[in-house]
Amino acid sequence: MITLLVIIPACAGSVAFFVESDRLRRILLLSAALAQTAISLATWIVQPAPALGGWLAEDALGKVIETLTSVLFLAASFYAVAYLREERNQPHSDFEEGFLFSNAREASFTGCLLLFLAAMTLVAVSQQLALLWVAVEATTLASAPLIYFHRHHRSLEATWKYLLICSVGIALALLGIFFLAVAATNPDGSTTSLMVQDLRANARHLNVPWFKAAFVLLLVGYGTKMGLAPFHTWLPDAHSEAPSVASALLSGALLNCAFLGILRAQEICVAGGLADFSGRLLLIFGLLSMAVGAVFISGQTDYKRMLAYSSVEHMGILAVGVGLGGAAVFGAMLHVINHSLTKAMLFMVAGNLLAVYRTKNTEGVAGALSVLPVSGVLWLLGLFAITGSPPFGPFLSEFTILKAALDQGQTLVAVVYLAILAVILAAMAGPALAMAQGTPGEHVAAAPGRSIALSAVPALLGIAVLVMGIYLPPVLTRVLREAAHLLG
Amino acid sequence: MSQLINSILVLLVLTGFMLLSSSRLAACIRAIAIQGMLLGILAISMQDGQWSVAGVLLPLSSAVVKGLVLPWLLFRAMREADTVREVEPLISYNLSIIAGAAALALSLWLGQRLQLSSQPPSSLLVPAAFFTSLVGMIVIVSRRKALTQVLGYLALENGVYAFGAAVALRLPVLVELGILLDVFVGVFVMGIAIFHISREFDHIDTDKLAALTDQLR
Amino acid sequence: MISGSLLPLISAAVLAPLMQAVITRTKSVMAGRVGAPLLQPYWDLYKLIRKGAVYSHTTSWIFQMGPTVGLASLILALALIPFGGFPALSPFSGDFILIAYLMALGRFFTVVAALDTGSSFEGMGASREVTFSAFAEPAFFLALAALARQTGHLSLNRVLAAVSTATWMRAAPMLSLTLAALIIVFLAENARIPVDDPATHLELTMIHEVMVLDHSGPDFAMIQYGAALKLWLFATIIVGVAAPWHSGNRWTDTAVGLIGMLVLGIATGVIESSMARLRLYRVPQLLLVAIVLSALALAL
Repeated sequence: MITLLVIIPACAGSVAFFVESDRLRRILLLSAALAQTAISLATWIVQPAPALGGWLAEDALGKVIETLTSVLFLAASFYAVAYLREERNQPHSDFEEGFLFSNAREASFTGCLLLFLAAMTLVAVSQQLALLWVAVEATTLASAPLIYFHRHHRSLEATWKYLLICSVGIALALLGIFFLAVAATNPDGSTTSLMVQDLRANARHLNVPWFKAAFVLLLVGYGTKMGLAPFHTWLPDAHSEAPSVASALLSGALLNCAFLGILRAQEICVAGGLADFSGRLLLIFGLLSMAVGAVFISGQTDYKRMLAYSSVEHMGILAVGVGLGGAAVFGAMLHVINHSLTKAMLFMVAGNLLAVYRTKNTEGVAGALSVLPVSGVLWLLGLFAITGSPPFGPFLSEFTILKAALDQGQTLVAVVYLAILAVILAAMAGPALAMAQGTPGEHVAAAPGRSIALSAVPALLGIAVLVMGIYLPPVLTRVLREAAHLLG
Repeated sequence: MSQLINSILVLLVLTGFMLLSSSRLAACIRAIAIQGMLLGILAISMQDGQWSVAGVLLPLSSAVVKGLVLPWLLFRAMREADTVREVEPLISYNLSIIAGAAALALSLWLGQRLQLSSQPPSSLLVPAAFFTSLVGMIVIVSRRKALTQVLGYLALENGVYAFGAAVALRLPVLVELGILLDVFVGVFVMGIAIFHISREFDHIDTDKLAALTDQLR
Repeated sequence: MISGSLLPLISAAVLAPLMQAVITRTKSVMAGRVGAPLLQPYWDLYKLIRKGAVYSHTTSWIFQMGPTVGLASLILALALIPFGGFPALSPFSGDFILIAYLMALGRFFTVVAALDTGSSFEGMGASREVTFSAFAEPAFFLALAALARQTGHLSLNRVLAAVSTATWMRAAPMLSLTLAALIIVFLAENARIPVDDPATHLELTMIHEVMVLDHSGPDFAMIQYGAALKLWLFATIIVGVAAPWHSGNRWTDTAVGLIGMLVLGIATGVIESSMARLRLYRVPQLLLVAIVLSALALAL
């Protein structure tokens, strides 16, 4: 069952490269996404047996991330099909500089999307740390072509930065894994395998200096991929230049997968009694990321970059939550879901705005509520949700983390956390309102008959965000608690 | 055996300096190719006594990929990019070598400080691995060509691999293959990106890749 | 005190110009020419000694002292160097430090004498000489230190005696690094081709030769002879490391040493014929590499 989760998208992706017919290929994409989501939902009813000698197994943490990835991918694939139909294969003129460019082959785009899903799923279900590394690196390679879908120099620059910075970061993570292997070598020469559960069981006997060094390297390595400041520099470029559906997946699914890499290391730290050390590091990087996000969101003139920096900020919130430990971990786990749903929706809506207004500048967009009624409403609500306004999901999870910080007596952390959130709310509310209201400029073509899926998919995600804020299904709460328990 | 290992490690360090001091792209690619092959030999010679089919085939395939296939790819990228075949560093070659010497000192110091539970066959193993990684980082930050940045990435990766060999890490075959495949595909994708960069910009200098910045009010 | 032997010093005094001739002859043969006779350097020295010296009015006694001190310091240094099976004249523990400083003393006076002329060309040469030797000296010193550390002796005499085939079996990487560093220093210190071209005709591109343009007659003979001795000194150390066969019989060992010197001379000629001169600003890079090599050897 677990192997199917990986194999279905991998095979479909490999086939998609060679399917010439657009129709067939789109059907392939949708059916693979549907089948994969169905299986991952089934794992909530029937606990799947471990595969590959225990290397692939679904614990609570993996299950949350895996299912979230599948669901988001399903949403993204419906959006992508509509998007690709709108794009057609003809030269486009660039919004900013006016030159003509063409898109990459749709077959390669679809194939890479599916391979990307396969790699992310492998990250989520991998119980072997080295295999997890292989999978994380694979996500970089599969997603780089997605960013370079629009063939022009800015997307190329973004792709290059993404490839290089992430590859270098990930190489450090590999060194971290090797350090961990050294730490797990017993004085008599026998080694503990790199399986998460073996390491957890043996965590008290790890060589502490090596293990600490390993954690730092893993944090820096996977942190680069996850977009923790100061290693986040690739993130705004990649998110602003990728097609919106790819941005949605990068922000909503990929960052979580990289975060999972850090969580696995944190799991071992908690089991080994080093939670103080690792928690403090996570707190520092988390608060720094939030601050960097706040600084660059304030006054940001490009709304896709604004969303990207918001991702940096939310990755910071996740790190803070896990770093605080205790009840905050539950909040962080919940926030993983809330952030992913909200951010994916926002990027999809941003794609709709971009298609109609043909500019990424916040000042070029006005009257979205009248031009694109559904997307306009979603944009406004989404921005309020992501800044942590009730009654949406992110409010609940951010509040849980704040409350935990106060309960633990970490007043300073709580104050900084709250102050940064306030700054971001103020910085994002202005542009959001200005973009939604007002009268649209004359150059804006009245939205022609655009596919319903382009607004229906984000609308569904938006409903999910709202529901998450009001009602948590008990089964979800149970699994999240289980996941949080692994992290102390 | 430790004579052989020592010689390989010295050569590894020398290729690091070759990478830092060469002004020709071709020489840099060759340095990386030599490194790849040296690492293959190192991994084979590290397991004296306990030969296994996987233990020989894996380093061999890694040597072939890193020593022949990737350099060939990079040479092709260099020709197709039709770029100026000088490295054009941001800092002078002398400064690069001095940085390399500092990196060497740092790695020797680190190698002395970090205590391994099992004694490696050569005291130079861990320092040489760290040094190679550090050289990779120096090259990535101090060179402006996209191609040299890939070379730096490969050196970094080689250093990590050498560290794995140094601590006699026995990773499962599947994982080793996965890592090798990732490196291979990574360089392959980077090679394609370089090709596109050269077509789009007429050069592969990454300091011209500066269109994407934050415009804050 | 170890009993010393005069033979190394005498062989240096007699054979040093011959080694220069071997290099020149190799280069000629490589270039397809017949070349000067092997005794030509001796004839040149004889010719120079018979001439009178010309001194410019602007120079002082420093200018006249330069060649003398340069030659004297080299002869002193050679007294500390063993050759073949014979120990040096007056070895003592730590003598390689003195060797390095004697070389520096000689260089200092050559440079000061060059500056004393007030000529811009010589000033330029002096500045280059000092720049490059600032890189070459640490490399040389570190290489000797690496040898001392490996063999556990502090006298060059003992160090070279202790380097044997067994040492090579044990520490080949370290010895080859040292050897490579020493060869680079050898080429640089003796104004050989990748660094300097002793036969060039353009003052602008010279390093060493441009410093001694104003010396003439016996002074110039001393400088030329000093250059030959310096070549011999470095070559002895290199051959001592590279040809580690000790039979026990002093005369056989000396024969091995002489053959080694011949091979090194020919090898230098081949290197010079097959390489182009480095651009000036690349020279420090080469010497930096030598420093790194010897530092690595020391660390091993």
